[in-house]
Amino acid sequence: MTPPGIRRLLGTELPIVVILGFALLPWVWMMLSSIRPDAELTHSPIALWPHQLTLIHHVELLQRTSFAQNLRDSLIVACGAVTLGLTLALPAAYAFSRFRFRGRNWLRTQFLVINMFPVVMLILPLFVLMRDFGLLDTYFALIAGHATFTLPFAIWLLTSYVDGIPQELDQAAMIDGATRMQAMLLVVLPLAMPGVVAVGIYLFITSWNEYLFALMMTGRNVRTVTVALQLFIGENQIQWGLLMAGGTLVALPATILFLFAQRRLVGGLTGGAVKG
Amino acid sequence: MPTFVGMTRSMRRAATPWLMLAPALAAAAILVLLPVLDTLWLSLHDVILFRPRSRPFVGLANYARALSDPVFWESLGNSLVWVICAVSLQFALGFATALLLNRSFAWRGVARALVVVPWALPSVIIGLIWTWMLDFNLGVLNNIGVLLGILPHSVPWLAQSSTAMAGVIVAVVWQGFPFFAVTLLAGLQAISGELYEAASIDGAGAWGKFRHITLPGLAGVIATALLLRMIWVANSLDLILVMTGGGPGTATQTLPLHAFLTAWSGGNYGQGSALAVLLTLLLLGVVVTYVWRSREE
Repeated sequence: MTPPGIRRLLGTELPIVVILGFALLPWVWMMLSSIRPDAELTHSPIALWPHQLTLIHHVELLQRTSFAQNLRDSLIVACGAVTLGLTLALPAAYAFSRFRFRGRNWLRTQFLVINMFPVVMLILPLFVLMRDFGLLDTYFALIAGHATFTLPFAIWLLTSYVDGIPQELDQAAMIDGATRMQAMLLVVLPLAMPGVVAVGIYLFITSWNEYLFALMMTGRNVRTVTVALQLFIGENQIQWGLLMAGGTLVALPATILFLFAQRRLVGGLTGGAVKG
Repeated sequence: MPTFVGMTRSMRRAATPWLMLAPALAAAAILVLLPVLDTLWLSLHDVILFRPRSRPFVGLANYARALSDPVFWESLGNSLVWVICAVSLQFALGFATALLLNRSFAWRGVARALVVVPWALPSVIIGLIWTWMLDFNLGVLNNIGVLLGILPHSVPWLAQSSTAMAGVIVAVVWQGFPFFAVTLLAGLQAISGELYEAASIDGAGAWGKFRHITLPGLAGVIATALLLRMIWVANSLDLILVMTGGGPGTATQTLPLHAFLTAWSGGNYGQGSALAVLLTLLLLGVVVTYVWRSREE
């Protein structure tokens, strides 16, 4: 190997391997723990290398616990949050992008500021409000709660995507007789689709991953996976195999979707729209 | 009647953006504005959840009680440690990652994609993974530490006051450093390569280039990212809630967690709301700085 090659290996690639190890090994350890039998998981000190692999935790999780139902609840809530967020945000983003009106900048900034409110500031009164209206433990309560962060994300990110589509296109459509609504839905929306999909994926992940609203707004009827997982700990002895199996099943879709969408989201990072 | 038609058309033009914004604004008013006002109202009343009929006005009593409670000051101190340690470590690791990923090597694309993995995970799962790895008996980190001779014996990281904060900070650094890596990498790639070439011709070394090109070129992105991260870390409570619940004792109880637990476990929504308002006021300076900066750009 040439000297510059060695320098690159030691000075760049090796440190990157160490950092990637830090980033990925906890994930790998979770997955590995989910496929080892209890005998290995309860033996102290724990062996680094598994001697036996098993799917017993995954099977038990899906057959003996309510986890399959929790997965379904999480899916319904996340899809609801995406639908609500995009439906409300698309016309708003279009208005911010295409019209110049008084208070436009101020209003856009307000949507950014919403994202920075301490969540306790919103969650305590929303809980009391939902309770007074008898809406606790419904899909609606949680989807509405998640809209407090999905809506500002979606508006901020979509505005920048719509900004990237030339105004002349909707003007041409309107000269040809299209209404504003038609121009937005039939001309701008198809062109903004890659951005809309990325935003939709991001909203899905944030809702799927959310814990605090889910803890407060849900109960016996509706229980998402994040809350269900945490409840497994409540019992006397922690069943780590079961927990890690649940963690893997929840983390896998989020990770894959995130890897898929992250490139398109980088622009929204420094704008403050994408929460890290 | 051309004037009449003209007027309606211009009025319609003026109304169109507001009609399109109306659903989003209505949702924001109900889900954000109303709750914020409600928190202010709750904080001035004695609101105990199990006593829904009686919510007497108590003025600033909730605030006075919060400020005279030693737990408040302890939580504030914990919050400072939490924010300062978490953000500076995330920044240091993220910045190093970004600088490395900005160099060229064969598998850079793969490395850049994989480094964001911790970011995609729910806080609950991050909390579970690290609780599992830091476990006294079965934690793999204790095992490795003892094997390598770094630790003389197993340490109950999250169960003792002296190490619990370090334990939750490690988890939040893991969760948050990819944010800095990705943001700062985007900032690095926006710096023109010609500047570096010119500096090379002038005989600048690696440190000189870093000091006089990279840092000034990145200053804006760094400031924005630090401000954003400070706000999020200061507000976040789910990771600590899952890992220690604020314990042992109050060793890891930060201000938002204190507010949440006062309301959620204690049932005292008046007091909890007062604490939430105090947290918001403390953060206001950071938020205003951030918004002011982002409007300048």
